[in-house]
Amino acid sequence: MTTTTAPAARKPATMAQALTRALRDAMAEDPAVHVMGEDVGALGGVFRVTDGLAAEFGEDRCSDTPLAEAGILGTAVGMAMYGLRPVVEMQFDAFAYPAFEQLVSHVARMRNRTRGAVPMPLTIRIPYGGGIGGVEHHSDSSEAYYLATPGLQVVTPGTVEDAYGLLRASIASDDPVVFLEPKRLYWTKSDWSPDAPTPVAPLGRAEIRRRGSSATLLTYGPSLPVCLEAAEAARAEGWDLEVVDLRTLVPFDDETVCASVRRTGRAVVVHESNGFGGPGGEIAARVTERCFHHLEAPVLRVAGFDIPYPPPMLERHHLPGVDRILDTVARLQWESRWTEGRDA
Amino acid sequence: MTVLEQPGSSRHTSGPAGPPPTWRPRVDPAPLLPDAEPYRLLGTEAARRLDAGLLKRLYAELVRGRRYNAQATALTRQGRLAVYPSSTGQEACQVAAALALEAQDWLFPSYRDTLAAVARGLDPVQALTLLRGDWHTGYDPHEHRVAPLCTPLATQLPHAVGLAHAARLKGDDVVALALVGDGGTSEGDFHEALNFAAVWQAPVVFLVQNNGFAISVPLAKQTAAPSLAHKAVGYGMPGRLVDGNDAPAVHEVLTDAVRRAREGGGPTLVEAVTYRVEAHTNADDATRYRTEAEVEAWRAHDPIALLERELTARGLLDEELAGAAREGAERLAADLRERMHADPPLEPMDLFDHVFTEQSDQLRAQAAQLRAELAAEAEGHPETATGTAPPAQEARS
Ligand SMILES: Cc1ncc(C[n+]2csc(CCOP(=O)(O)OP(=O)(O)O)c2C)c(N)n1
Repeated sequence: MTTTTAPAARKPATMAQALTRALRDAMAEDPAVHVMGEDVGALGGVFRVTDGLAAEFGEDRCSDTPLAEAGILGTAVGMAMYGLRPVVEMQFDAFAYPAFEQLVSHVARMRNRTRGAVPMPLTIRIPYGGGIGGVEHHSDSSEAYYLATPGLQVVTPGTVEDAYGLLRASIASDDPVVFLEPKRLYWTKSDWSPDAPTPVAPLGRAEIRRRGSSATLLTYGPSLPVCLEAAEAARAEGWDLEVVDLRTLVPFDDETVCASVRRTGRAVVVHESNGFGGPGGEIAARVTERCFHHLEAPVLRVAGFDIPYPPPMLERHHLPGVDRILDTVARLQWESRWTEGRDA
Repeated sequence: MTVLEQPGSSRHTSGPAGPPPTWRPRVDPAPLLPDAEPYRLLGTEAARRLDAGLLKRLYAELVRGRRYNAQATALTRQGRLAVYPSSTGQEACQVAAALALEAQDWLFPSYRDTLAAVARGLDPVQALTLLRGDWHTGYDPHEHRVAPLCTPLATQLPHAVGLAHAARLKGDDVVALALVGDGGTSEGDFHEALNFAAVWQAPVVFLVQNNGFAISVPLAKQTAAPSLAHKAVGYGMPGRLVDGNDAPAVHEVLTDAVRRAREGGGPTLVEAVTYRVEAHTNADDATRYRTEAEVEAWRAHDPIALLERELTARGLLDEELAGAAREGAERLAADLRERMHADPPLEPMDLFDHVFTEQSDQLRAQAAQLRAELAAEAEGHPETATGTAPPAQEARS
């Protein structure tokens, strides 16, 4: 189609739309890509991420399955064995748990146990995290379970553009990906346009979202905008914070992370899943092991409390917000003064 | 739309209550129901008409299978296998499963189904590597279209459904046959697999080998269903009961089910009633949960003896057939003994292969650590190997 009119101003698009576009492009490019899950067909998914796919590609390519998560993932394993590239939607974070056995016992290790003979090129999309006032079982941050499982890649976009680019890369990957969609960012708007060519974002690379010199905030997914806001607010305190968006937890980009921390000398990991046994502990340990002599303070963590996800009316007390991040950054400052004092 | 908004719900019926909307079962359940008695052929008139070639083939495979079980169990005593779950007494199910399939079809076995895999053409040694411990799956599943021997119960069943479904979507003529034990039918994956298969009308056949026990737990404590085959009706597929020790009967029922799947008729659940004559594995003590009398009663219903009786009645069991079967079995056993005699050469660095398509930095660093440990070991300092290995992590700067 040609048009003589001037190109319209870019329509702001949401993360959900970027994901839809990524699925559509992947399906159009490769007939092996099949989308499956609960309500993904006519309804387009409860978050509308699969909107229009069944109409465009047919119900064989975008199919409503019976309501059974182990069955969805288990049959996807068989489909992948036969050369398809299933993209599975789990409706909500806490409803992916019935599929956990298939994920851990088969998806994650099929390539390894067959010495490469049976790869698992499948993507498991899971809307995750809180902040949307969801009732019980609709707000879990389950990333620690997945990253503790060898053989899985764990991906989580924090921007609209990355939602597109990382999902494309995930579907193209010959290894399984747990693709965690921060559901409170689904409706985040940006100037990304569905019609603009968007690059595929490589897995395993972190991205510096804001340059700074005082300390590095290491974060991902739903906490990225919170960290960027905190970095702005920190300016008033004289702190110039760098914000690193991890984008993929597995593979983990030690290089970008360590380069940043070596530059700033201080690091805080921010995520909303609980701190004990959470990703922050692993990240803090890695940073400490690699950057010990550059650190002017211990690596600190800002995380959700170690409690089952709270009821919606209380969730704001649980989720790491700007204030909690700034308080922690202040502790970093104190810790380094303490170090300086001791050295003097 | 919520339940309350549905047409016909109380919110919409303001007048006097009318008759309930008519309801009919979607499918007549009667044809789906299994027969009251397991299907049998041996000893019946119908058996007299069975193809002699088929009977002889089944016989040779049964004898070979039994010998395989005996030899593999012996290998556990010699420390060559960590453990072996024998399928002695169940050979008819195993052999029939393999012989019911065409070359392009797929078999999804559990840990007890090595015989089915071997009868399908898998290298008998490769089928044992899982149990020997050198690699989890010692074969390329594509070669004979045998999925990895599966240990977590019933989890291979949805794989079979997905593969069969994918094949049909691609227009390929492929049927998947999935094997599961009676205990495995209690797992959620069993139910989800059957449901998916029926909803998708996937070309898949489920064979339950009901051998009476899940380790020590008898069927009565596993299910209250009239039979395991009855479970099919609830999913909308036919359930078939067959005497699992009657090799031609199992073969016929499975062949029918496979043909039905191939022709687009959808899935079938077959329950083969058999018995686990040996303990769960060589490491199990079966005397704790069953009597010798029970085992003896089943030994009298032995699948090989049953078939021999039929062959004899038809004058087919001559020295040529018996000798050939014996020889085939002994060849297999000798081959197993020989090739399982020594530990296989192992390459520790293989550990880091095939975790992902491309090795991650993380795994590369860990591989370097192991390589250094191995080098130190080779130099004869095994006890200090770990201590002297360079740090796995990148050099400190
Ligand atoms: C999910 C799961 N739970 C428990 C086990 C441990 N286990 C191994 S075999 C077995 C009994 C299985 O019985 P059945 O399904 O009847 O098969 P059989 O061994 O009799 O062939 C159990 C409980 C397992 N392998 N997988």
